[in-house]
Amino acid sequence: MNEQLLEAADDELVVGWRDSEWTGIAPLLEEDVAFSSIAQNEIGHARALYELAARDLGTTADELAFDRAPGEYRCSTLVALRLVPDWARTIARRYLYEQADERRLAALKASDDPEVAGLAAKIDREEAYHRMHAQMWFDRLQDEPRFLEALEKLRPLVDDRGEQPPGLAELWEEMTSVRRSVAGATW
Amino acid sequence: MGSAGGVGGSGVIYEVFRQERKGQAFQHAGSIGAPNLEFAEVYAREQYGRRQESTALWLVPRDAIDELDDFVDELGRTYHRVDGYSLKAKLKEARERAAARSG
Repeated sequence: MNEQLLEAADDELVVGWRDSEWTGIAPLLEEDVAFSSIAQNEIGHARALYELAARDLGTTADELAFDRAPGEYRCSTLVALRLVPDWARTIARRYLYEQADERRLAALKASDDPEVAGLAAKIDREEAYHRMHAQMWFDRLQDEPRFLEALEKLRPLVDDRGEQPPGLAELWEEMTSVRRSVAGATW
Repeated sequence: MGSAGGVGGSGVIYEVFRQERKGQAFQHAGSIGAPNLEFAEVYAREQYGRRQESTALWLVPRDAIDELDDFVDELGRTYHRVDGYSLKAKLKEARERAAARSG
C-alpha cells in the first residue's frame, strides 16, 4: 500500500510543480488563475498522501517529499517532463494525467484501509474540477493537429516508471535546493 | 488599449452572480473573461463555487445586460425620496453632541 501511496504522491507533487511553472505565463489570465489553483491542489494532494505514507514508514511528509534521492522517486515519465512553453503538450499531459489519476483514485477508494479510502474520496471530489477543466480544453483543441500529436506522443509515458524520468534530476535540484541550502536547518 | 488581433483574446465577459444560501437573492460576485460559455463555467466554478461558498451561480454575458443610469434629479427634491431624511446622520450628530456635553 505504501508503494502505491508514494507513487501517487510523487506524481501529484511533480505534476503540481511542473504545472506551477505556468503561473504568470498562461495564455489567458483567467486560465492562469485556474491552472495555478489546480497545480496547488495537486501539491496539496501530494502532502496528504505523503502524510499517510509517513505514518507507516515512521518518517514525515516533508522528508518523503524533499529528502529522498532523485532515483528514489516513483513518479512517471509523463509528469516529470518540462513542457513550458508548449501549451498543447501541457494540456495533453493534463488530460492524460487526469484520466490515469481517476483510475488510480477509484482503486484507492476501494482500499480496505479506511484512511486510504477516505483520503482518496476526498481527493477525488477536488479532481472532479480538474477533469472538467481538462475536458473543456480537450473539447476546444480536439481538432488541432498539434494537440492530437501531443496526445499520441505522451500517452505511452503515462505509466512509464522504469528508468529515472528525463528532467527529474534537474527538477529535484531546483525543488530541494532551498531546503538543502542551510545545513542542519529545521525550517 | 487596442485589441491584440484576437490572439489569446478572452472573448466574452460574463458577469457572475452568486447565491450564498438557498432562497437568498443572487448577488454580483465579479466577472470572468472566457472564450465561450463552457470555459466560463469552469472558471466560475473555480473562482466562485468550489469551496462551498455558493449554492448556485448565474453567468450573464455582459453584453446582455441593459443598464439604465440616466436618473437626473432635475429639481433636487430629495424630500420625495425615502432616503431624503437620514436618521443615521442625525443620530450620529446627536451622539456627538451628547458626548461633547458629558466630556
